[in-house]
Amino acid sequence: MNFKLKDIGPQLMTVIAVVLVFGFFTYNAQVNMENRGIDFGYGFLSQESSFDVQFSLIEYDGSHSYFRAYLVGLLNTILVSVIGIILATILGVIVGIARLSPNYLINKFAAFYVEFFRNIPLLLQIFFWYFAALRALPLPQDAEAMFGISFLTIKGLFVPAFIWQNLNVFLYSVLAAIIAIIIIRIHAKKLQETQGKQIPVLLISIGLILILPLLSFLIGGVSLSFEVPVLKQLATTSFIYEGGVSLPPELIALALSLSLYTATFIAECVRAGIQGVGKGQKEAAASIGLTPNQVLKLVVMPQALRIIIPPTTNQYLNLTKNSSLAAAIAYPDLVLVFAGTALMQTGKAIEIVSITMFTYLSLSISISLLMNWYNRKIAITEK
Amino acid sequence: MFKYLKQLTSLVAMVAVLFTFTTESMAAKKSKTLKNTQKKGFVRCGVSQGLPGFSNADAAGNWTGVDVDVCRAVAAAVLGDANKVKFTPLSAKERFTALTSGEIDILSRNTTWTLSRDADIGLTFVGVNFYDGQGFMVRKSSGITSVDQFKNGISACTNIGTTTELNMRDFFNSRGISYEPVAFEKADEVVAAYDAGRCDTYTTDKSGLAAQRTKMKNPDEHIVLPETISKEPLGPVVRQGDSVWEDIVRWSLNTMIEAEEYGITSANADSMKTSDNPQIKRLVGAEGEMGAAFGLDNEWNLRIIKQVGNYGESYKRNIADTGILPDRGPNELWTKGGILYVPPSR
Repeated sequence: MNFKLKDIGPQLMTVIAVVLVFGFFTYNAQVNMENRGIDFGYGFLSQESSFDVQFSLIEYDGSHSYFRAYLVGLLNTILVSVIGIILATILGVIVGIARLSPNYLINKFAAFYVEFFRNIPLLLQIFFWYFAALRALPLPQDAEAMFGISFLTIKGLFVPAFIWQNLNVFLYSVLAAIIAIIIIRIHAKKLQETQGKQIPVLLISIGLILILPLLSFLIGGVSLSFEVPVLKQLATTSFIYEGGVSLPPELIALALSLSLYTATFIAECVRAGIQGVGKGQKEAAASIGLTPNQVLKLVVMPQALRIIIPPTTNQYLNLTKNSSLAAAIAYPDLVLVFAGTALMQTGKAIEIVSITMFTYLSLSISISLLMNWYNRKIAITEK
Repeated sequence: MFKYLKQLTSLVAMVAVLFTFTTESMAAKKSKTLKNTQKKGFVRCGVSQGLPGFSNADAAGNWTGVDVDVCRAVAAAVLGDANKVKFTPLSAKERFTALTSGEIDILSRNTTWTLSRDADIGLTFVGVNFYDGQGFMVRKSSGITSVDQFKNGISACTNIGTTTELNMRDFFNSRGISYEPVAFEKADEVVAAYDAGRCDTYTTDKSGLAAQRTKMKNPDEHIVLPETISKEPLGPVVRQGDSVWEDIVRWSLNTMIEAEEYGITSANADSMKTSDNPQIKRLVGAEGEMGAAFGLDNEWNLRIIKQVGNYGESYKRNIADTGILPDRGPNELWTKGGILYVPPSR
């Protein structure tokens, strides 16, 4: 009995302390809100928001609800995070490998990039890309066309929109190609394990992913046309492009600065991962006759990935959370739209901040779970 | 002997009860915010992050502006020194939370008085120190001279968390114009983006446009369009739940406006004590007990006028002489064709 109390005593006290602290804050907030006549409740989410948002992935205007405004912000946060993660990973892997290059110029250039970008505060970089780089961009009427159809201006990047006919047939053909590739890969692996035969999987895959969608154009009735942005005059010196798709400069600046910044950390993870694989491993692999490509693919990378993945997960989480700096440059992310405008218009500070915190927590945990699953999948399975 | 003693004790007890009663009622009149302010020795005032004419800090960190003067007036009234103010610069987004959470005691930050803000979120507006309205600024070179020339696809830079965002939507919607709202958290960033050419127009309160225009690279290249699309009565705000503090702030502002009406200035306030007009005498603490109701002494209003000046002096010093809005427009006294009209101090 004594032994048990000694065991659970400290834990019990911790629990009581935590409950008391939370209870105190909750009680305090309740009393103060009551004194000031503030109601608590989430009913405002269904009210009309009556403010517009610059950029939205779903249909939205001020006549929709606050909940819809929340979704707009959330989707914009996810959009910039996904773009950022993809760009940062590609750039990070390239720079990480470049840092190990025997070529002096490439090696030093990569090192310079990493040291430069990771040592300047992110907010400053966002301001730089938005305000400094933005000012350097031309006004819509002065913009030079890129490839004759796209325009990069101070008001954003204007690109042609795709106008599809029978888009679903095209998507099915892509899906069919992907399934075919998976089947072929499984078959090729079996073939190698049982008979030692190798077939050119990569070539076949590229062929499939090109030929099947192409067939859908020829015989599936799919067609694609472009809607090119056209310059429209608003006033004597004020112009805008109409038609096509416009990417706001806020999104471009934010995605660019987030990925340039995070890529430096991913590059270091990649370098550490590759350097973490013993030299003997590579030599042993080479001695049994594997080509340098095979050494990298079959021996070095599988071991390096185990070192790279966990710290890279952290960087993905950082990038997602850092995207909340968007508020500084008017990119309508969750913080700007929901914890900014919506909070101001409703005054529901506790409700909105708690929803926003919970949303970021869920986003981060989702990324974490996904990466942990991948990490387990590539971990060495002990036999 | 014992008989007398008993009577004496009951008398002492009665006096004691009476005494506690009076001190308690005095303390009740003294508001909690007032007590805390006097204990701290400074008034905690929330202002903008830099809006010339309203609340703006110079290089040495000295705040000036008509919004700043409201806080200074309260400091002069309750602490006896107009300089005993701690200013907290707040973004539009942060301002109400800072007030309701108790970080500041007065919010004097060009804030529009609306029903939902007054009734919904635990705030109380105490008056209006500037009658404003939302307008648009455009580049002169654009050739736009009226909002009637706005076309579909126009982009408008503004601040988040303001009534501006809502008015803008009402305005463009009622005219059937599609527009691109670009909303920043800080005013400086709005100005920078508009100045760079990101937006075709910059919209906020007209006083704000006039003030921000002075910050641009070439102020002469921009004009404020004549139309006003909304009513924006700007004024100081306090937390709900402390009605004495609310009254102190309200009557500090009213004192400044009424002082102008009766021609009392920082220069002549002392000599006005011997005036023949009882209303003037009340405003400089020479007649009546005007401070007792707040738990203040009788010269609280005299100190406001002497140290901060009347409303006209504050306007001239901060807004007219700085070239922001030389014409007082609606912010002129009701006796001179404006709409400034406050209840009498009596």
